Amino acid sequence: MWRLCLLTGTAFWGTAFWLAGTLPANAFLAYVSNEKSNTVSVIDTDQWAVVKTIKVGQRPRGIEFTRDGKFVLVAVGDDDTIQMIDTATQEVVDTLPSGPDPELFIQDKAGKVLYVANENDNTVTLIDLTRRARMGDVQVGVEPEGMAMSPDGKILINTSETTNMAHFIDTETRQIVANVLVGSRPRFAAFKSDGSELWVSSEVGGTVSIVDPVKHVVTSKITFEIPGLRREAIQPVGISITPDDKTAFIALGPANRVAVVDTATHQVVKYLLVGQRVWHMAFTPDNKFLLVTNGVSNDVSVIDVAALKVIKTIQVGELPWGITIAKP
Amino acid sequence: MFQFGTISHIGARDFCGYSIRLLGGLLIGLNAYMTVALAADPTEIGIGYLRRAKVEQTLSLVEQPAADDGIAGARLAIEDNNTTGKFLNQHFTLEEVRLKEGEDAAKVAVALADRNIAFIIADLPADQLLKAADALRDRGTVLFNAGAIDDRLREEDCRVNIFHVAPTRSMLADGLAQYLVWKQWKRWLMVVGSHEQDRLFADALRRAASRFGAKIVQERVFEDTGGARRTDSGVTLIQRQMPVFTQQAPAYDVLVAADESEVFASYLPYRTWDPRPVAGSAGLIPKSWDAAQDQWGAVQMQNRFLKLNSRRMTALDMQAWTAARMIGEATSRVNSGDRKAVVDFLKGPDFSVAAFKGQRLTLRPWNQQLRQPILLADGRMVVSVSPQEGFLHQVSELDTLGVDQPETKCKLH
Repeated sequence: MWRLCLLTGTAFWGTAFWLAGTLPANAFLAYVSNEKSNTVSVIDTDQWAVVKTIKVGQRPRGIEFTRDGKFVLVAVGDDDTIQMIDTATQEVVDTLPSGPDPELFIQDKAGKVLYVANENDNTVTLIDLTRRARMGDVQVGVEPEGMAMSPDGKILINTSETTNMAHFIDTETRQIVANVLVGSRPRFAAFKSDGSELWVSSEVGGTVSIVDPVKHVVTSKITFEIPGLRREAIQPVGISITPDDKTAFIALGPANRVAVVDTATHQVVKYLLVGQRVWHMAFTPDNKFLLVTNGVSNDVSVIDVAALKVIKTIQVGELPWGITIAKP
Repeated sequence: MFQFGTISHIGARDFCGYSIRLLGGLLIGLNAYMTVALAADPTEIGIGYLRRAKVEQTLSLVEQPAADDGIAGARLAIEDNNTTGKFLNQHFTLEEVRLKEGEDAAKVAVALADRNIAFIIADLPADQLLKAADALRDRGTVLFNAGAIDDRLREEDCRVNIFHVAPTRSMLADGLAQYLVWKQWKRWLMVVGSHEQDRLFADALRRAASRFGAKIVQERVFEDTGGARRTDSGVTLIQRQMPVFTQQAPAYDVLVAADESEVFASYLPYRTWDPRPVAGSAGLIPKSWDAAQDQWGAVQMQNRFLKLNSRRMTALDMQAWTAARMIGEATSRVNSGDRKAVVDFLKGPDFSVAAFKGQRLTLRPWNQQLRQPILLADGRMVVSVSPQEGFLHQVSELDTLGVDQPETKCKLH
């Protein structure tokens, strides 16, 4: 009897220690879409290394965990579809009918509806995630890309790159209720978590517009200045705002830097030098680190959010584009 | 209106009927007013497109311009402007006119202005463009030069009512020269055609060589002796002719050909006596746009064009698209179709247009030339984009291409 007890005891504790060794308490997995190599790199945030490379369809860009964490959705634009990666097996298991050339997308709060920007079509397509079927669309401006959801889930934002507008779409009626003209070639939109401001980056305009989501006007514009760097090289794309709404991080594209902005004053407090053509970014769920994709240097930079320092660079696939992070 | 004094004479029933009719009339009137106010007609913005009579034949079959070369780009831009215009209550239309052989461009331009067209995109030879601009001077109509690359239009012949969207010969030559110098292919054998426009391109290339540090080791002239451009089995003769024409040259790195007239340059690649790359009017060609351009979101642009026009995009198509989009960008920023407001915005410091070349394009204030990167393409790929890294400028690196402000002969008038 005691031998059985010893055996099971050893087995139990052995497994426990083994598990602890392979899955440390704060490990997250970051999924990075590599636009050129048609793969998704999976980074373990404890080792700060790529632990798996998943082969996906052609031209993967927008990438996002489902709200329940069970799947990673990745838009494969040249295949005109969105693939679903099962996070348990880390394999592509299904596809969603996304409309042509999907780039960025966003889920509603419940994780039941997916809104997809179809660049070639000037539309936003709505997909029922449960039935995995298309349920409708909204006509927007030319070359829709940026997608954002208001914290109360009532307003969907889509930005159109050539029309230069942020469209406010009522999620219930699916009608456009307002259009706000922003700087040239808007790429990305993000709400503060208190819903008081909408931030929109303009890649060619070189600015970030702060939009009042109630009055539908631009209240101010953030401009950037980096000594020694010509203005044209500063091209804001991705935006991430800390959950306390105090600090915003903005990827500046070929300026190879991430701007750190005080959201109260809308002033840049620091520029962090990262890799080449920094594009999109994501916080780890504990908000300790911000990972940014560097498209041209084919790597991901890790920023320590509290210290405001770049602590690590991780090589991934070719032309890393989007990134999404969650607990494994 | 009412004369209160008379009511007492009408009687109660008549008064009632009168009142009801009046009230009904007021309500109908009010309803009509409200309908008008709720669905106000969009601001109509008419853009003219004036096309040259003749399109030159090219040596290469695949380079032969389509019948709608240029205007196809403008048509796509009108669609894009109208998509944006839906949200601004603005509506754009394109009025297309093709000149007949020998027709006076000024008369046609004035006819467009008479139809209240404030903005005309022009694809015309330089002299005709100037005639049209001068005829329109006092009308407040503005021309957008989408087709003429002559430097003199931006220098001694500049006009205050022309915005230049097409690049100049000097911008194209400089774009090419910067790359050849970056590549360390600095010794050029230059072959020039015998027509005026060939000589103009050669002038620009000579200037570029001097400016950026290349050396033209020898110049040869290829005489146009006439004859049909395309013959059924002419290629066997060309195969012998080109090596002989290019033999016994001093040591050189690249053959630069100035042949806008389409007489010989396309015959040179792979046929030169020495194994050397060809650049200029054939081989590596500087242009404002190419169907192979896929950087900076250009794939979306190319796809939209292909979908609408069922063919691939040329540089002229893109120049026309950009011209129409400049107008659309201005009308959206000033939220008006008023010509003065639009032109003032275009000339102001806030104007810029995005055109899928990686940075915003702005207008040179001294001659109203659109600053732009120059693509270097080989017919299948975009090989490079100028300005090349390392060529610096105090105002804008795009001003390292073409004639710069301190050198300009332009006094806008």
